[in-house]
Amino acid sequence: MRVLEPLIELLRGLWTTLRFMFEKPVTVQYPEQKKPVKARFRGRHVLHRYENGLEKCIGCSLCAAACPADAIFVESSENTDEKRFSPGERYASTYEINMLRCIYCGFCEDACPTEAITLGDQYELSFTERRQAIYPKEMLIEPVPAGGQPTPQKTEPGVFTRSVPEMKDPRD
Amino acid sequence: MNFALILEWLIKAIVLVLILLGGFAYLTLYERKALARLQMRVGPNRAGPWGILQPIADAVKLIFKEELMPARADKLLFFLAPVITLVPALVITAVVPWGPNLHVFGREITLYVADINVGVLYIMSVASIAVYGIVLAGWSSNNKYAMMGGLRSTAQMISYEIALGLSFVGVILLAGSANMIEIVNKQKDVWFLVLQPVGTVIFLIATLAEVNRAPFDMPEAEQELTAGYHSEYSGMKFALLFMAEYDKMIAICSIGATLFFGGYREFWFLSNTILSVDRTPLLGPVYIFLKIFILLFGMIWVRATFPRIRYDRLMAFGWKVLLPLSLALIFITATFILLAQQFNNPLLIWATPVVSLLVGAFAIVLVNRMLRRKEYARA
Repeated sequence: MRVLEPLIELLRGLWTTLRFMFEKPVTVQYPEQKKPVKARFRGRHVLHRYENGLEKCIGCSLCAAACPADAIFVESSENTDEKRFSPGERYASTYEINMLRCIYCGFCEDACPTEAITLGDQYELSFTERRQAIYPKEMLIEPVPAGGQPTPQKTEPGVFTRSVPEMKDPRD
Repeated sequence: MNFALILEWLIKAIVLVLILLGGFAYLTLYERKALARLQMRVGPNRAGPWGILQPIADAVKLIFKEELMPARADKLLFFLAPVITLVPALVITAVVPWGPNLHVFGREITLYVADINVGVLYIMSVASIAVYGIVLAGWSSNNKYAMMGGLRSTAQMISYEIALGLSFVGVILLAGSANMIEIVNKQKDVWFLVLQPVGTVIFLIATLAEVNRAPFDMPEAEQELTAGYHSEYSGMKFALLFMAEYDKMIAICSIGATLFFGGYREFWFLSNTILSVDRTPLLGPVYIFLKIFILLFGMIWVRATFPRIRYDRLMAFGWKVLLPLSLALIFITATFILLAQQFNNPLLIWATPVVSLLVGAFAIVLVNRMLRRKEYARA
């Protein structure tokens, strides 16, 4: 049968493709069916809050400084005990990320001293206009957790003096 | 020549053209679905249930697309080329019989548009007109890639037309007629696939080259020629070229089914049952449809399997392998037909498939040796 080897090889190729016809398709029907993202997936940014509802972001602009694409713009203002947004002296009164510039490198996460910004699992970012690509703070911040109060809060003087939480585990 | 006859012809012709145009639309869907399944995908499934409205969506998109014409194109030829390509693909099926004669309203209705006594020659001549369209499309676009595609297409189609035509000759010899209806009737007992196995293979290979299908789709190789002769076409003109390509697939599969696979006759295991064409003549179109469907699947299957072969290899295969092989087949077939007549022993016909299979195996050995020799030379 050595003489017919080329023919047999062609037939083997045909058989290989035909075999796949009887296998289950691997297609994911995307808008209806979504695959969960991996644990380390870097999607849209999320600004976090403490359990009492105060924002973790203290408006230090370290994320903006770390950003290689210059996608983040932060403007900070003073906190008062009457109108408190975050612990410590200042909070981010404007926090904007330009999603067209962002390269999802995660340097902002690393730079953040309060772990206020993380890259979440949201990847469906679409816009029809360049202006819509700039996500303001309202779109990025997570909702107030149960039991917390929305910001600005009226707080007791002398309680939230420290902007960066005290480190319990130095390795953390 | 009365009015009723003209009306009958008109109706048959319109029905045939409509079948081909609708068939084109659904062949694209069939191809995409089958190809997807062969690659473990699902294929189009958004437009309508199982994606059955997908061809309509594609058509609407193509109709409303802007039509561009290159500034220095040959306007008239650029416009005519898709038409010249499409028309032969539509008229070629006129001689293919779709079923036995029917008796309706006291008339005998024949299920073919034209009964030409040189039907096979008609197919060959009409099929070669389609090349002009492709060459003109490539030339009039004033684009080097399109030109290359057109030139490749001509060279390829002319080369493989010879092997294709010679593979028809074996059938004509066996049937003793070039009339398609006669050929189908001769296959009542045994398909010509059985008597001409190697001829069938040559036909199937040559048709792939004739209709520019993978693995012989050099004229429209996306990677090297940016879609070849139709790279400058858009909108409805592109749709016409596309339609011509797929209608040629349908046409050539119906011809193959007629010449080698028994035409509208039933499958061999159904003969002399209630499902045979002689008992229920209306099943004729169903059978030929099934056969075309299966042959089309073969084309899609081959596309999903084999990579495109190199251009010089293609020409070498056409001229150095298929042409001598088909000539040898004609010689073998003619010899055994003559011997059967001489010794008055019809069983001698059955030596044809045996000897031709041996010759086919010999050809494979020769090709293999040649390729191996080249491998040694390179090493």
